[in-house]
Amino acid sequence: MTIINRLSLGVAISALCATMAFAETELTVYTAVEAEDLARYAETFNKDHPDIKVNWVRDSTGVITAKLLAEKNNPQADLIWGLAATSLLVLKTEGMLEPYAPAGLDKLDPKFRDGDNPPSWVGMDAWVASICYNTVEGGKLGLTAPTSWMDLTKPEYAGHVVMPNPASSGTGFLDVSSWLQIFGEDKGWEYMDALHNNIAAYTHSGSKPCKMAASGETVIGVSFAFRGAKSKADGAPIEIIVPSEGIGWDMEASALIAGTAKEEAAKTLLDWSITPKAMEMYNVGYAVVGIPGIAKPVEHFPEGITDAMIDNDFEWAANNRSAILDEWTKRYDTKSEPKG
Amino acid sequence: MTDLSLPAGPAIKLKLDRDGAIKRLFMGIIALYLVVALALPLYTMLSKSFVTYSFELDRYEFQVSDEAGVFGDPVTAAALNQQLGVFTADDLRSNSDGRLTATDFFPDFSFRSPVKYRLRGTTANAPYLVGLDLQNTTEWREYDSNTFRRINLRPVTSVGPQNYVEYFSNPTLFSSIENSVFIAAVSTVLTVVFAFGFAYALNRSCMRFKGFFRLVAMMPILVPSLLPGIALIYLFGNQGMLKSLLMGQSIYGPLGIVIGSVFFTFPHAMIIITTALSIADQRQYEAAESLRASKWRTFWTVTIPGARYGLISAAFVTFTLVITDFGLPKVIGGQYNVLAIDIYKQVIGQQNFEMGAVVSVILLIPAVLAFYVDRQVQKKQVSLLSARSVPYQPRPNRRFDALCLGWCALMAVFIVGIIAICQYAALIKFWPYDLSLSLNNYAFDKMDGGGWAAYWNSIKLAGLTAVFGTVIVFTGAYMVEKIDGFKTGRGIFQFLAMLPMAVPGMVLGLAYIFFFNNPANPLHVIYGTMTILVVSTVTHFYTVGHLTALTALKQIDAEFEPVASSLRQPFYRLFTRVTVPVCLPAILDISIYMFVNAMTTVSAVVFIYSTHTALASVAVLNMDDAGDIAPAAAMGMMIFYTNAGARLLHLFASRRILGRTQAWRLR
Repeated sequence: MTIINRLSLGVAISALCATMAFAETELTVYTAVEAEDLARYAETFNKDHPDIKVNWVRDSTGVITAKLLAEKNNPQADLIWGLAATSLLVLKTEGMLEPYAPAGLDKLDPKFRDGDNPPSWVGMDAWVASICYNTVEGGKLGLTAPTSWMDLTKPEYAGHVVMPNPASSGTGFLDVSSWLQIFGEDKGWEYMDALHNNIAAYTHSGSKPCKMAASGETVIGVSFAFRGAKSKADGAPIEIIVPSEGIGWDMEASALIAGTAKEEAAKTLLDWSITPKAMEMYNVGYAVVGIPGIAKPVEHFPEGITDAMIDNDFEWAANNRSAILDEWTKRYDTKSEPKG
Repeated sequence: MTDLSLPAGPAIKLKLDRDGAIKRLFMGIIALYLVVALALPLYTMLSKSFVTYSFELDRYEFQVSDEAGVFGDPVTAAALNQQLGVFTADDLRSNSDGRLTATDFFPDFSFRSPVKYRLRGTTANAPYLVGLDLQNTTEWREYDSNTFRRINLRPVTSVGPQNYVEYFSNPTLFSSIENSVFIAAVSTVLTVVFAFGFAYALNRSCMRFKGFFRLVAMMPILVPSLLPGIALIYLFGNQGMLKSLLMGQSIYGPLGIVIGSVFFTFPHAMIIITTALSIADQRQYEAAESLRASKWRTFWTVTIPGARYGLISAAFVTFTLVITDFGLPKVIGGQYNVLAIDIYKQVIGQQNFEMGAVVSVILLIPAVLAFYVDRQVQKKQVSLLSARSVPYQPRPNRRFDALCLGWCALMAVFIVGIIAICQYAALIKFWPYDLSLSLNNYAFDKMDGGGWAAYWNSIKLAGLTAVFGTVIVFTGAYMVEKIDGFKTGRGIFQFLAMLPMAVPGMVLGLAYIFFFNNPANPLHVIYGTMTILVVSTVTHFYTVGHLTALTALKQIDAEFEPVASSLRQPFYRLFTRVTVPVCLPAILDISIYMFVNAMTTVSAVVFIYSTHTALASVAVLNMDDAGDIAPAAAMGMMIFYTNAGARLLHLFASRRILGRTQAWRLR
């Protein structure tokens, strides 16, 4: 094929694409789902609905929530697909979500939907906290693997623990809110005071601590199980530990943005997001999904992780989010002094 | 004797011809651009920093029933608080996400009691939550006690200086200022000393490889400021190759920020100092020699005073660059808080835009100060060179030349080493456990940051910025330089054109959120598009381009305009036939400057990029943020190669075009 031929073929194809694009609706979808899953999600969805194009805006939970709140009076998103339920509750209190009962709502576990009728949001899957422990580096330093949250405060781990900053990371917030629920408020803060002495860094993203543990940059990363399983599959020498006190968790959930001009397409996507097919798709990385009985065990996931999930009070977490973050920031964020 | 003076004659006014009018119109258009893209957003941000959130208790009225369900008299929350004293004025200050539990006003509240509660707003804006449902009404609403415990009052906005009071009364937040100044001061001293040694060797020695060293010294300009941070992690991180060199010190924190800052500010300082050293006068050195002054003494009494303005200028430029930089502290700062990070945390983490605006205003102060001093110094610099100066000619001196070569080689190893480490890291499969080479880290589409699309977006942004930026900047400079009279207007324009240099990129970005993401603003349609990124980048880098254009324009004799008009040629013909061709070297310099900076900037775009407009530089930040450090290094290196390629292209293009258009310069 000559270059000219190739060129004209290229032009023909792009012209074809352009006419096809004319027929389809483009949705701006805000999400905090792990980046590597997004293409797969959109692809699977497009198999059923080729006429709807998904334009992802992806960032960590805190950033996306901040972005949505900043755009409160001029929403840019049509739909949220995969954002922490605690964040959606905050958005709900701002009146930013459009209540809608997607088809097949009755199949959903009642835990995985907003209490109101019609619900303002519906859940997809749960993501759970856990500890990533680098066995190679731990061995070099002569450490033993922790088995509980309390263990992390042991002096031997000083400077070897990394956790996400709850102000910017959804995982960080669910850790903090779960500790406050497990230990009670006073004991919870006491625990975090002790933990703070061992922390090497607070990261902005929830997956970074586990990736740091995976590359030996730190020994212990407080992160979430899904990330740990991925890193382990990549060949990282890490162990995923489920602390004995129980683990915090949050849902990835979806909702319509009030005032979207593309309500029809957005509803189609929301309907699809809770179909059994979608649930199977989430199950690739998440052990717990919205429709009971669908989930299969996930490779490299630690056992007993579903039993360890605490009874999370989302309304409490959403309404106290601001106060918790204020307190946390006051205690740990700005206290940091130059080290070295 | 005033009454004896001559009566004032009629004020002489320059007649405005058509050319003059058109020039003013153009200047007006570009001035308007600067007002919309710079002055108004900054003003909006400033006013936003005074917006506070507080609970207005006199806006809520309660009614409580007895156990039989008979309601008592309505009472406002303010009255209840006065009576009980549960909340101090301090407690009532809040942020946009604040909540106040209604049951706190009723000490004997029990959710099991049959007592019923009524609540209403006394004015139109009295928001409260029932569970998670937002209510805002002046109608009475009735709740049983079990529902009443789920009621939270929400804050409303008001205007006042409380944000600043809060910031300055918080000693821990205050420490960021100390940290920022400390980091910037240390980096400035180191960079200026290192760059001075380098520039001194280039100008005053007869060492070999000068061209090579000049090239190497410019390399850091081609990469985002985060990249040295990433390289330092691989070198000195907990799994670093040279970790033992640090002897137990952690690279995360001030140490890493300082080393990285020296790297990325080095070329800026080096250029300024080289210029200052290159205007030395041979005669002064001859005089010193004939007075039998020692080399050491000559250095301190001739060289340093001669270069002092350059040194001061370099110091302030470096200081501003470091204190406003956000990438490095983000990547390698660990828990070390600086002002630029505070803005990011307030805005992105805490959703506290008002406090972000406060920190931005504070960050403006050192930047404006440094900018002011620098301008003063620059003005004096010009007068130093006299017509009778004889350019300094270095003489060979084996020991000294070897010393210079050694110093330059050391700096070159540092610079090339940092970049080489990044390339190496980008090709390693899984550091430090699997050192085999692979291209996995270039699979950007599987990671955060926007994938390969981000890279192409960056090129698009850089191209657009180079084209539009150059046109806007050069036209503006031409109009302001070649217009007759109209002093006030030109003064204002000059001020507007110099302002961007004093505004840190993040501050500009935050100001853009406030200004453009407001539905009442007719320009809000550009929010979230490539246009706003181009506007922000052009504006952020306006000043240097403007100064380059002015310098070139000043070299053209002012006689051209009168001659052209006496030949009845309109100014635009002169502009396209004479001015532009003569200034082509400067125009090409402006465009490559715009291109390279648009590729590397993070701070100017981090708050305003969107789905379709994710950028490579931001992708580096986001991938590092997500822990994908090797792909971040890979993307950083893509930026490096692109910029290096653009530079080469620029070099060839200038050679060819200059050969055609600048032949008149040769005799």
